[in-house]
Amino acid sequence: MDVTRRDFLTTAATAASGAAVPAPASPADADHDHQALPSDLTLRVKSLESLLVEKGLVSRPALDALVDIYEHKIGPRNGARVVAKAWSDPEYKRRLLTNSDQAIAELGFVGQQGEHMVVVENTPAVHNMVVCTLCSCYPWPTLGLPPLWYKSAPYRSRAVIDPRGVLREFGVDIPEDVEVRVWDSTAEIRFLVLPERPAGTEGLSEDALAALVTRNSMIGTGKPLAPGLGTKP
Amino acid sequence: MNGPHDMGGMQTFGPIRPEKDEPVFHARWEGRIMAIFAALGTWQKWNLDVSRQTRELLPPAQYVSLNYHQLRYAQVVELIAQNGLATRAEIERGRPAKGTTKAVPPLTADKVPSYWTAGSPKSRTVAVEPKFRAGQRVRTRNMNPTTHTRLPRYARGRVGIIEQDHGVFVLPDTNAQRLGENPQHVYSVRFLARELWGEQANPKDTVIISMWDDYLELA
Repeated sequence: MDVTRRDFLTTAATAASGAAVPAPASPADADHDHQALPSDLTLRVKSLESLLVEKGLVSRPALDALVDIYEHKIGPRNGARVVAKAWSDPEYKRRLLTNSDQAIAELGFVGQQGEHMVVVENTPAVHNMVVCTLCSCYPWPTLGLPPLWYKSAPYRSRAVIDPRGVLREFGVDIPEDVEVRVWDSTAEIRFLVLPERPAGTEGLSEDALAALVTRNSMIGTGKPLAPGLGTKP
Repeated sequence: MNGPHDMGGMQTFGPIRPEKDEPVFHARWEGRIMAIFAALGTWQKWNLDVSRQTRELLPPAQYVSLNYHQLRYAQVVELIAQNGLATRAEIERGRPAKGTTKAVPPLTADKVPSYWTAGSPKSRTVAVEPKFRAGQRVRTRNMNPTTHTRLPRYARGRVGIIEQDHGVFVLPDTNAQRLGENPQHVYSVRFLARELWGEQANPKDTVIISMWDDYLELA
């Protein structure tokens, strides 16, 4: 098929049939689905990149450097350091909750989509959960690029109207008498959830604590891992 | 505008499907289009809100059926073509038109680290008086502009409480139309879930939404 002759809407229609298929639930399905993605986006993006390079509009090494940041420099392990430090150091936690930008910058996790940070604390009375109903706003320096489900229609639409139902889909049951507080990221402020420190982690090092902090626990769609037998003090 | 991007409160998109061990990118092109989008932004032919409005104006059926990266590609093509960086014919052919002079890209690899760490702050240092203070009851305006806004449909005409003043930020509504940054205070405004969704919501639950001065009036 001569893909270069098709206009974008045709591409979109083709893509649509692939995109409408529910996203994969298992790695085996994942392979199948990804093969179903329109291969001509590979060609189209390659073609666009060479046009832009040839016109001097983008620099290829700059693109490489950006992709390297997305893939290797940012990610939830950064956020996990922030959380582990807050769990270990009450003075740091105080700074983190009162001046999130500065406290996160102390650990070096600054950059695009992390310019204006607010950290919100889970307590026995409040469970926080973050969404961007209008697009896909997410704190990149601490959590990395968002997973597809975060920027997909099912999550963006229902997180605000049925947060407890959404949380149950993630295996999180919040008691009726605990407030579920949903943060819709409509402005340029990015939210990071400080989850509750799991029981049985007294005396654990920051490294050991960081290993318990999951990405979803910092979005609010999960809880930190329980300490394993081997890591118990 | 009341477009398909404004999804808060819709209920028919089906279950959330988290992918186990999801990679940052599933295919090379996804990372390339993200990077192209970022690098082209440094030409400053458009601002954040123009860029968002361009994506929101894609045909609705396309918007809801494409995934995040596919949508990004469509958005980048529109931004390039609408802002004169390349013609649609050049994009289609993947080659510059004859006689095109080669530009010098503003973002080169050596500048990427400082581009990254500097970020793109949308706060402004101009002195603007806040219209509201923490603890005040406010009602969101019932407005339906046909251009970009960050006041979601589900939260229009609703009563909430000012929780916190975050300082002064660019107003998306005017910025998207290239009518100026119109910097003003942004607040966290707390709404009872029941105020937004009625009796079916848990009485304890709340939704906190970031709101600009222009979106609010005293209740």
